[in-house]
Amino acid sequence: MRGALVLMLPLVLAGCDSPLSTLTPAGPAARDIAGLWWVMLGGAAVLTLLVLVLLAMAFGPPRQVRARVWTHWLGLGLSFPVLGAMLAAGLWVGERVLPRDDGALQIKVHAVQWFWEFTAPSPDGPVTTRDRLILPAGEPVDLIITSSDVIHSFWVPQLGGKMDAIPGRENRLRLQADAPGRLAGQCAEFCGVGHAVMRFEVEVVEAGDWEEALRDAANDGDAEDD
Amino acid sequence: MTDSTAPGQQVATPADARDDTLAIAPNPPRRALGLHRRLSRVWANDPGWWGHVTAVNHTTLGLRFMGTALVFFLVGGVLAMLIRAQLATHDGAFLDTELYNQIFTMHGSIMMFLFAIPMLEGLAIYLLPKLLGTRDMAFPRLTALGYWCYLFGGLIMLTALLFGVAPRDGWFMYTPLSGATYSPGINADVWLLGVTFVEISALCAAVEITVTILRQRAPGMKLTEMPLFAWYMLGTSVMMLVGFPPLILASVLLEIERAFDWPFFAVARGGDPLLWQHLFWLFGHPEVYIIFLPAAGVLSTLIPVLCRTQIMGYGAIVASVLALVFLSFGLWVHHMFTVGIPHMALAFFSAASLLVAVPTVVQVFAWIGTMWQGRPQLVLPMYHILGFFLTFVMGGLTGVMLAVVPFNWQAHDTAFVTAHLHYVLIGGFVFPMMAAAVWWMPQITGRERVRGLGEAAFWVILIGFHGTFFIMHLTGLLGMPRRIDVYPDNPEWVWLNLTSSIFGFVMTIGFGLFVLDMALQAFMGQKQRRDPWRAPTLDWAMPLPAPPYTFASIPAPQHLDLPAREVITILARGEGLLPGAPRDRRELLTTSLGTARPDHVALLPGNTALPLGLASAIGGFVLLMLAGLYALTLLPLVLVAMLIWRWGRGMVRPVDDAPIEVAPGLSLPLQGWRRRTLGWTGSVCLLVANGTLFASLVFGIGFLALVASEWPGPEARVTSAALPWVAIAALMPVLGALAQRRSDALQRRGGDGSAAAGLGVVANSVAVAALAVLALGHMDDPTQHARDALRGVLAGYVALHALIGAGMAGFAMDQFRRAEITARHAGLLPVWRLWQDYAAVTALVAALLAVGLGMSA
Ligand code: HEM
Ligand SMILES: [Cu+2]
Ligand SMILES: [Cu+2]
Repeated sequence: MRGALVLMLPLVLAGCDSPLSTLTPAGPAARDIAGLWWVMLGGAAVLTLLVLVLLAMAFGPPRQVRARVWTHWLGLGLSFPVLGAMLAAGLWVGERVLPRDDGALQIKVHAVQWFWEFTAPSPDGPVTTRDRLILPAGEPVDLIITSSDVIHSFWVPQLGGKMDAIPGRENRLRLQADAPGRLAGQCAEFCGVGHAVMRFEVEVVEAGDWEEALRDAANDGDAEDD
Repeated sequence: MTDSTAPGQQVATPADARDDTLAIAPNPPRRALGLHRRLSRVWANDPGWWGHVTAVNHTTLGLRFMGTALVFFLVGGVLAMLIRAQLATHDGAFLDTELYNQIFTMHGSIMMFLFAIPMLEGLAIYLLPKLLGTRDMAFPRLTALGYWCYLFGGLIMLTALLFGVAPRDGWFMYTPLSGATYSPGINADVWLLGVTFVEISALCAAVEITVTILRQRAPGMKLTEMPLFAWYMLGTSVMMLVGFPPLILASVLLEIERAFDWPFFAVARGGDPLLWQHLFWLFGHPEVYIIFLPAAGVLSTLIPVLCRTQIMGYGAIVASVLALVFLSFGLWVHHMFTVGIPHMALAFFSAASLLVAVPTVVQVFAWIGTMWQGRPQLVLPMYHILGFFLTFVMGGLTGVMLAVVPFNWQAHDTAFVTAHLHYVLIGGFVFPMMAAAVWWMPQITGRERVRGLGEAAFWVILIGFHGTFFIMHLTGLLGMPRRIDVYPDNPEWVWLNLTSSIFGFVMTIGFGLFVLDMALQAFMGQKQRRDPWRAPTLDWAMPLPAPPYTFASIPAPQHLDLPAREVITILARGEGLLPGAPRDRRELLTTSLGTARPDHVALLPGNTALPLGLASAIGGFVLLMLAGLYALTLLPLVLVAMLIWRWGRGMVRPVDDAPIEVAPGLSLPLQGWRRRTLGWTGSVCLLVANGTLFASLVFGIGFLALVASEWPGPEARVTSAALPWVAIAALMPVLGALAQRRSDALQRRGGDGSAAAGLGVVANSVAVAALAVLALGHMDDPTQHARDALRGVLAGYVALHALIGAGMAGFAMDQFRRAEITARHAGLLPVWRLWQDYAAVTALVAALLAVGLGMSA
């Protein structure tokens, strides 16, 4: 128990102020996945311990053992239920975070070596911002992700999984942010010398303020007007 | 496998062909020293430095493979230390990004292609003949060729690193980043050409490992009872035969795209970058098991001996190996969960990826059960085995986590994956290999270990390893992507990375100690007594260090169940089969596939510099390609063809040899009398690999036609005027196959088939000519669209096969003229037949595909 606490300590320490952490979720998708992770971690710890105990017990005088018990009961009997449960959990969470055709807000994400362009619809026409994504809180948003040079990957760890930006195709990713605030995003697929600095900020605003924030951004220097 | 088509003298076969216990009378004992001297003279390498050039012996080459792989491991390790030093602080002290990218790309590529694969090949080449009770690998010159290709390919990559032009697009070289637009310069070409060069050695090794296991086991060593290591290696080699071709195809296509601008991956002209990913991971996932299976084979060999018991669940383990081989080709997409794949497909590949864990779990429990059943001894190899268990189990568990799709979306391409892959690679490969090193070093050096140092090395490595990589799981979950060189805005990652870096250096010290331990043993150890581990397997039934001829006589069925230390003297005194070298040539016994009944005596070629010559010619081709002197590459290619002809001539044997009495009352024919020689089986293996390459190409065509966005392309210019030429190109190889049949029939009757073989030359040549007409006059510009580029590749594939068919027909014609093909001796005919049939079938399929890609009216 003490051991476990000591192990958790760095986690707790690291938990505060880590803007790219998958373990401090700020949206339902990331929260589901983080939950999945903690459960899987627990399971993995138990299984590792089991193997280690069995190994430790092997050091002793020879024992009468039946091969079937090991290869079938433990080998098959243990692995199938564990793996089956993992598959089911994965499918369940996967289904929950998947985009569906419910008319959610769509924002275009275009990756270029080495920056991001976000284009959101607004009453005065589409607004494009660079390296800055503005999201309404509490609403599902579908990101339509493209690239015209090499492969990149769009990732806001606190909101959910990543999705590649691939030339010649449009990928869709659904994210939702809980509350207003500032989050961070980055490119996750190696894309050349600028890969490490291909970052962007995510500004989550109250849903009612979203259009206004967009308008501000359009008037800002941030907006692209070429 | 026994074949009755060879006419001639009646050959004695053991008592009852149905009875599967095989009784073979022992030869009378002789003076061991006499046998040893004569055998050594026949089997030894040439003296002096020239001997290093011409050596073809499996013991020499196996060690050379492993030694070279160790050097590359150290180089890869130094690069790892540079990576760790760079990441120790957030603003990356000393490497610029360009160089950093080269370094992590080279680290990964070296570790996978120049360390792990050659290391396991070397282990198999060194060990298999000894374990199976034969004298050498099936194709000694191929072993040597493989080594030189590996060495030259590796040197090309290292040289590029020294000159700062090493590959820099990551070890999986995703397009379009690795394409000509975003990676100008030769960096990417170094990877594509260098790695493909090295892969020649993987294919050579895979062919001979398969043939050696299937056809050279000691008499009575049934397939279903052979040592488990052989089962693991059989699985590995089959995976190599099927796994490497997709990567070779992908590399060739990308190199053609880079060099000649034929689009395969470029979206605007009908390509698709995902084609690269599919082909790469179709190789890349099996690759992981190619690396793991031999290591698991080592564990299955060592654990029972170290516990003084038998392995538990032999059948379950064999079934697991076969299941792994099969399943591992069905999960490559789990490396592509974030590319935007339909949810159904994700579910399928997720399930398959989880399922593949089952056979591994079965093995792990079989090993632990074996330990329960016996009395484990806590000696140094056991330390490494325990290190394996701890590390590999954790790596496997993070592996199944990554197979859960939503979690993969978060963890993919982060330090979590870096941690996972090192847990499985170092846990599942490096620890077992260290156990293997400790185990077989006495046999290699004939000396004992110096006590204490090895144990210290183990502890330092273990602590260093877990200190480095355990917290990297957390680093990844806190959001650190892989392949970044600086992280100025993330102070929260600093302490994690710093810790990893410090322990990384601890681990390096550990590996240093390990190498030091091996060096001390080699140079200062006490003389080792025979059979130090009291092992049951034949690899210890020989004097230490292992003699060049391996066994003075081949073990008979009754020797297989005796402990090694009792068999040593029996075999050394020539009481087994085929004792000594009375005819002063390298001979070994081939046996049947399932039950290992003696089949014939094979003659192996002796020392020769031909492999070095051939590898140098291929190397010349690679260098000219790198230099962009494409027209000049014809020169080395002609040289390659000439050397291969010489190679074939070197195989030709006198035809009138009498059967050899390998044991009292058991006479066997020489290889020439059998149509199914080792060479024939090897050709089948090669065609399996070739067929996989072709199937990958067909997959690529289908994939682009169905998935790529810019299809159908611009109106094709090619018209029905091309059809007659297509028909000629497709049907001429069929005519070649008929000509081959005719030569065969004449050979059986003892007639002269040279005219028929000549027809084979003509038919194949006409096919090549028709393809030339098509290429020059009828086909669309291949740079225009992927469709036209693919048609060009199909034409090239058919032309190459017809060309080789013509060469084989010509070779057979020459053999008829020299009277080397007779009623009893089929020469090259059986192999030509395989090739020609294959060429005919693929030509027909290729023609249909090429036409099916569409033409204008
Ligand atoms: C000697 C100890 C080792 C250390 C300290 C080490 C360290 C590292 C690090 C830090 C990276 C990540 C670079 C990055 O993407 O940020 C890496 C990548 C990698 N390592 Fe190692 N490694 C070691 C041994 C090995 C071994 C033995 C293998 C394989 C048998 C291996 C295979 C790889 C591969 C395939 C990559 C991925 C390269 C890429 O992303 O293109 N490493 N290693
Ligand atoms: Cu990137
Ligand atoms: Cu994989």
